[in-house]
Amino acid sequence: MMMKPASVAPPAGVIEGYRYVAPSIERNGDAVTIDATGVYYQQLNDAVRDQIAAGAKTITLSGVNGQRYIGCGLRVSGVKVEVQGCAGNDMAMFGDGTEIEVFGNAQDGVGNTMSNGRVVVHGDAGDVLGYGMRGGRVYIKGDVGYRVGIHMKAYEKLVPVLVCGGKARDFFGEYMAGGMLVLLGMNTRDEAQPIAGSFLGAGMHGGVIYVRGTVEPWQCGAEVGITEASEEDLAELRPVIEDYATAMGMDAAEILARPFTRIAPMSHRPYAKLYASM
Amino acid sequence: MQQTFVQPEFRVKIDYDKCHKCGRCVQQCGWGVYDFNERPIPHDEKCRACHRCVTYCPAHCITIEKNTLAFRDNDNWSTDARKAVWKQAETGGVLLTSMGNPRPYERIFDKLVLDACQVTNPSIDPLREPMELRTYLGRKSDSVAVEPNGTGGFKLAGSTGLERNVKLDTPIIFAPMSYGSVSLNVHRSLAMAAERCGILMNTGEGGLHEDLYPYQDNVIVQVASGRFGVSPEYLQRGAAIEIKIGQGAKPGIGGHLPGEKIDREVSSTRMIPQGSDAISPAPHHDIYSIEDLRQLIYALKEASGYKTVGVKIAAVHNVAAIASGIVRAGADYIYLDGFKGGTGAAPQVIRDHIGIPIEIALAAVDQRLRDEGIRNQTSIIAAGSIRSSADAAKAIALGADVVAIGTATLLALGCHLCQSCHTGKCSWGITTQKPELTRRIDPEWGAERLTNLIHAWSHELQEILGALGVNAVESLRGSRERLRSVGLDEQTCRILGVKPAGL
Ligand code: SF4
Ligand code: SF4
Ligand code: SF4
Repeated sequence: MMMKPASVAPPAGVIEGYRYVAPSIERNGDAVTIDATGVYYQQLNDAVRDQIAAGAKTITLSGVNGQRYIGCGLRVSGVKVEVQGCAGNDMAMFGDGTEIEVFGNAQDGVGNTMSNGRVVVHGDAGDVLGYGMRGGRVYIKGDVGYRVGIHMKAYEKLVPVLVCGGKARDFFGEYMAGGMLVLLGMNTRDEAQPIAGSFLGAGMHGGVIYVRGTVEPWQCGAEVGITEASEEDLAELRPVIEDYATAMGMDAAEILARPFTRIAPMSHRPYAKLYASM
Repeated sequence: MQQTFVQPEFRVKIDYDKCHKCGRCVQQCGWGVYDFNERPIPHDEKCRACHRCVTYCPAHCITIEKNTLAFRDNDNWSTDARKAVWKQAETGGVLLTSMGNPRPYERIFDKLVLDACQVTNPSIDPLREPMELRTYLGRKSDSVAVEPNGTGGFKLAGSTGLERNVKLDTPIIFAPMSYGSVSLNVHRSLAMAAERCGILMNTGEGGLHEDLYPYQDNVIVQVASGRFGVSPEYLQRGAAIEIKIGQGAKPGIGGHLPGEKIDREVSSTRMIPQGSDAISPAPHHDIYSIEDLRQLIYALKEASGYKTVGVKIAAVHNVAAIASGIVRAGADYIYLDGFKGGTGAAPQVIRDHIGIPIEIALAAVDQRLRDEGIRNQTSIIAAGSIRSSADAAKAIALGADVVAIGTATLLALGCHLCQSCHTGKCSWGITTQKPELTRRIDPEWGAERLTNLIHAWSHELQEILGALGVNAVESLRGSRERLRSVGLDEQTCRILGVKPAGL
């Protein structure tokens, strides 16, 4: 369990649009509702940590409006946080075991450097999702922004999975070193866009990307191979899609009804020949 | 295949009359210079002049000489420049090298002298008077209030945030060097010495090995763009957290630990697969602005219970404005790394030509933060070729709270600056992961040597303070009036805020 920050006299008045007030909390057994309306993120996240320490198993945050760092650095399992509203930047960053479900959109940095846990967003999300993520699952229902899944990596049993239901912008899976990135292009608000932007998998040297549909070679980095997903690949993908569909209330069969493109690196040592020793 | 044009840089000479034919040289050389056929036979072209064999030869019969092969003189085309072209024509590769910039740039520290007290202001005898070297890393509050303590005196009222500062018994810490670039025994030596000296070691960007957990209160944990080894537990363990943006030896360049160096232990500490390249890209892809940096600083604070969070940057042009932004983003300290700092591996062209001297960067940053009235909001760590306690004292007088030493610590452990760390074959067992080499450093022995070094420099700092007539190192910080330049140009003096000697 994490240490509580030493108390600092709160600055008076309004901070960046939020009040510096203790949020109101309702308890019902081990289920807790915290009213986040207008509450500064530090106190909101303090309250979440306090409630977990006091044994809460389900924590509902109502009235969330862009508060940052929800679930940041939480190292717990068996606790579920429900977010009503729009989650702010770096939600579940450094997360290790916590489950978060957002009924609304999320901003940038969801699952940044996450070690483990599960995040479900029933809406769109912003940029840099899952940056350096090395375990756990992040499911986004709708569109995502730029630089999603950059530098995702895997280690032994820790294999991160990030599924985006809509479309993605540039640099999807750039420098990817491990894990699985999936892009479905289904729940999109922008039919006119291609399913992914440019520089897909640029510098990629590990892991795999599955795109429901096709990508053009010019969209991808030079380091990757593009193939149609085989039966073997689908065997790997299917359980992920089924889990995603359950979480989103979608139909797995419908998702799997179209062919997937598989994007994977051609080398684990992309820079092995770049240098000459002096 | 075509013969290489690049002739051996050194000649290994053995006085066979004295040689015992014991074979120790063969066993000591990490670069496989020697064959043994009744007597040791060196292959000069592999020698890095690391002096391991020389040190351990019982007969003292080995000498390493520069290969003085004559080249036609040419002031424009140095021998090294010619060799570099040949090497690149042969390989097509970016020339990779290690340790600090060896080029003859002006050494500003060597053109600065410290002042001393005489009659009007007496010097202090550090052997008899207490001399305070203790300092604290972190943000100091803008103001403090006091309240009665109930016994007629006063105490600080409320919380000042100062309790989160990290205490240092002497203003010298160990610079970040990742496990992976150096061996685990080097990390153990550094951690043990840091604990004994009441200072800090720094994980670099390679994660914190379990063996170092007992020393966690003396460890800065680093968060770099690759996020290697970064987990909530790692953040919880450090005494402070450092975001690595840049490194003096290779500003604007990412880190790259080649797959050969990622053995099982390194892989588990970094939490990446064995044998794959560990690439830290130059930018953090979640930092594209000062506002993004602020977001990461506060994410780390939220995740760690509001620990001290610092930001390491390379000394570059416009560093003062950058530093001001970093302080405003909430960094509790700024680590400034000058262009002569060491590195485990860097493209030679970057190491030797990019960045600016630490002396200039430090003075510019300290002055800017003072001018803006925010100097108290951060500590400054200066690094990038601090070679002695004199350099440390001069850096402090130019505005540093603390200095960090990397190359000097490796020298203490046997490094002979052969600039070949990137090969992973260090004969001294420092920058290698080969078990037969890494066991050459016994952590207890290493810790003792490092502790000696820190103690020696600390005593010297006390002597310097005594000569200057001040009794606390914090009184020297930013006290540029105590420095004079001998031979620096006017412009440099102005930026440093230092007068020429005689004024
Ligand atoms: S270590 Fe010295 S004495 Fe022993 S074989 Fe080598 S050169 Fe000869
Ligand atoms: S590389 Fe070092 S150990 Fe090997 S021969 Fe040269 S000086 Fe001796
Ligand atoms: S650490 Fe080893 S390889 Fe690197 S410069 Fe020193 S002696 Fe040479």
